[in-house]
Amino acid sequence: MTDRKEWPLWEVFIRSQHGLAHRHVGSLHAPDAEMAIKNARDVYTRRNEGVSIWVVKASDIAASSPGEKGPLFDPANSKVYRHPTFYEIPEELGHM
Amino acid sequence: MNEQEALFEYLLRLGDNALILGHRLSEWCGHSPALEEDLALSNVALDLIGQTQLWLNLAGEIEGKGRDADKLAYLRDARDFRNLLLVEQPNGDFAMTMARQFYFDAWHYLQLQGLTGSKESRIAEIAAKSLKEVAYHLERSRDWVLRLGDGTEESHRRMQAAIDDLWMYTGELFEADEIDRTMIQAGLGPDPSALQESWLDLVRATAEEATLALPQPGWAQRGGKRGIHTEHLGYILADLQFLQRAYPNAVW
Amino acid sequence: MYAQMVKTGVDRIQSSEEMSPEERAFQERIDADIKIEPKEWMPEAYRKTLIRQISQHAHSEIIGMQPEGNWITRAPTLERKAILLAKVQDEAGHGLYLYCAAETLGVSRDELMEQLNSGKAKYSSIFNYPTLTWADIGAIGWLVDGAAIMNQVPLQRCSYGPYSRAMIRICKEESFHQRQGYDIMMKLARGTPEQKQMAQDALNRWWWPSLMMFGPSDADSVHSAQSMKWKIKINSNDELRQKFVDQTVPQAEYLGLTVPDPDLRWNAERGHYDFGAVDWEEFYQVIAGNGPCNRQRLRTRVKAYEEGRWVREAAEAYAAKKAARAQAKAA
Ligand SMILES: [Fe+2]
Ligand SMILES: [Fe+2]
Ligand SMILES: [Fe+2]
Repeated sequence: MTDRKEWPLWEVFIRSQHGLAHRHVGSLHAPDAEMAIKNARDVYTRRNEGVSIWVVKASDIAASSPGEKGPLFDPANSKVYRHPTFYEIPEELGHM
Repeated sequence: MNEQEALFEYLLRLGDNALILGHRLSEWCGHSPALEEDLALSNVALDLIGQTQLWLNLAGEIEGKGRDADKLAYLRDARDFRNLLLVEQPNGDFAMTMARQFYFDAWHYLQLQGLTGSKESRIAEIAAKSLKEVAYHLERSRDWVLRLGDGTEESHRRMQAAIDDLWMYTGELFEADEIDRTMIQAGLGPDPSALQESWLDLVRATAEEATLALPQPGWAQRGGKRGIHTEHLGYILADLQFLQRAYPNAVW
Repeated sequence: MYAQMVKTGVDRIQSSEEMSPEERAFQERIDADIKIEPKEWMPEAYRKTLIRQISQHAHSEIIGMQPEGNWITRAPTLERKAILLAKVQDEAGHGLYLYCAAETLGVSRDELMEQLNSGKAKYSSIFNYPTLTWADIGAIGWLVDGAAIMNQVPLQRCSYGPYSRAMIRICKEESFHQRQGYDIMMKLARGTPEQKQMAQDALNRWWWPSLMMFGPSDADSVHSAQSMKWKIKINSNDELRQKFVDQTVPQAEYLGLTVPDPDLRWNAERGHYDFGAVDWEEFYQVIAGNGPCNRQRLRTRVKAYEEGRWVREAAEAYAAKKAARAQAKAA
C-alpha cells in the first residue's frame, strides 16, 4: 500500500485462424510487452481462439474523443453513393 | 527384468513426473501473485495432467493387466511411484516453484526431444505432442528465473535460495540405471547422462543472465526413480487418492 | 447474485424534467439501447454504481475460486481434476475481465483489491459456505453457476459497453460450468448408495444459499429501480429467483433428488412453482461477515495478495531495468 506501482494495463488483439484482422479481445496487466504477450496467450487463447497476438500498452493508444462523434462520423452518413446498394443494376445483367 | 517390464517402469517415470508436478502446480490456483499468473500456472498444470493421462494409459497397456491411467494414479502407494524427487518438493514461495519448474522444464524438454526419436511410435507421438507444450513451459519458467534473479534485492535473495535449495535434487535427472540402459539399448529412449551437458549450458547461461550463482556440484539426492521418496509424496497421495480410497470401486 | 444489493447513491428516481440536459441526453441514449463507452459523459452516480457492481462481481469470481479450488487436489479422476482446474481457472479469467471493465471507469485493480482485502467491498454471500464433499463441487456448478448464468445472460445487454462485452465473454465460458456440475451430480445420483447420499446432502446444504444469491425482494427498492432505468440491472430479484426455481426443480427430479423445501409445489394457475420462505436473517448475517467461511476466505485472499507483492514488484523492477538498458544501448 506504500508505493503503489501496479503492472501497466495492456490491450490485447488476436487474429483467429480464419484470416480476419486482429480483433480487440480484452485487456490484462503485465510488467512489459514480452510478458503481456505470454499472459495474453494464457488468458485469451485458452479455447483455440487465435494464431497471432498483438499487445499495446493502454496508455499508448490515441483514441478519437467521444465528444467529437458528430463531426467525425456523421458526415459519412450522407455519402450514400459510396455503398454499392446505391446503384440500380438491370436484373438481366446478373451479379455485379 | 525383461524389456516389457522395463518399459512399463520407464513409462511410469514419465507419467508420474507429469502427475506429481501437475498436482503441485494445481495447488497454486487461486493463490498466485496475480490473476494472470493463476491462469498461466493452471495452463501448465493442465498440460501436465494431459501428459499424465497419455503416459500412464500407455503404461497400463504395456503392462497388460487392465490398469488405466486413473488406476495407476489413484491406486498405487508411494513406494510404487517413480517420479523424480525434484517434482514432489513443496511449492514454497513463488521463487521455489519457478526454480523447480525451470530445472525440470529444461530437462523435460531435452528428454522429450530424445523421446521423439523413440522406436516405439506411440512414445514418439506423445513426446512430439508434449514437446510443444513444454517448449512454452520452459520459456515461461526461464523468464521468471530471470525476472526474479535480476528483479529486486528481495527477489534475488529468494531466487538464489531456491536454486541452492533444489540443486541437490537435480543430480537424479541424469543418472542412468538398469531400466534406462535397457531403454537406450532398445532404442526406446535417450541416455539421461547425455542430456546433462545441454541442460547445464542452459541453466548456467540463465543463472548468469539472472545474476545468480550456480551452486557447486555436490552430493545428490536420489531414489525417486526407484520409489524411495521424500516425505512429501505421501501427503500428496493422501490428497490425490482420498476419494478413490474412501469409496473403492465407485465411478465418478 | 454475484453483485447483491448494489447501492446507487440515489434516494429517488429523477423525472425527465428534473434532469440536466446532459442527464436527459444520457438517459435517452440508454433508452435507445445505445451503449455507453468509457470516456463518454455519464452521471457520477452511474459511474460509481457501476464500479461497485462490477467490482463486487469480480470479487465474487475471485473469492469463488476458493471453495472449488479446495477440491482440485482431491478430484477423484484425472479427467475430473483437469475439468475442475480448467473451471476454476476460468473463474480467475472472469475476475480478470471484470476488473479490467471496472478499470475503464477510472479505478485501478490494486485499489479494488485493497477494498476487497480490507473487508470494505462485498462479494456474493454464496462463497462463504464450505465445500465439504466432492458432491459440493457438483452442486456448485449446477446450482451456483446456474444461478449466476441466469443473471449474467441478460447482463450481456447492459448499457455499459465494457461490462456488456465482458459478460458476453463470460457467458460463453459459463455454459460449460453448469453442465460439468450437473454431470458430476448425475454420476453421483446413479452411483453407489453413499454417492447418492452425498449428492442429496449437497443439495440440502446448497439449495437455500443458492436462492439467497438473488438477494432479498427488491420490488420496492429505489436502487434497483434506478439500476434498471440505467440498464445495468435487467430483471428483478424475485423474477430471477422464480425462474431459477422453475428451471432447477425438474433437474433435481431427474436426478432423483429431493429439493429440501416442504412448501415446494407446482402452481398450475401461476404456471410456476410455489416455494417456501428464504431465511433472510441468515443471509444478512453472512453478508455482515458471519457466514461459516467469511474470515477464512478473506484471510486466504489477503495472504495470496500480500505474498505475491514481492513477485509483482520484482517483475516490474526487471522490466524497468531492461527498458533502461535498451535505452542506454540505443543512446
Ligand atoms: Fe464465473
Ligand atoms: Fe462462478
Ligand atoms: Fe462459473
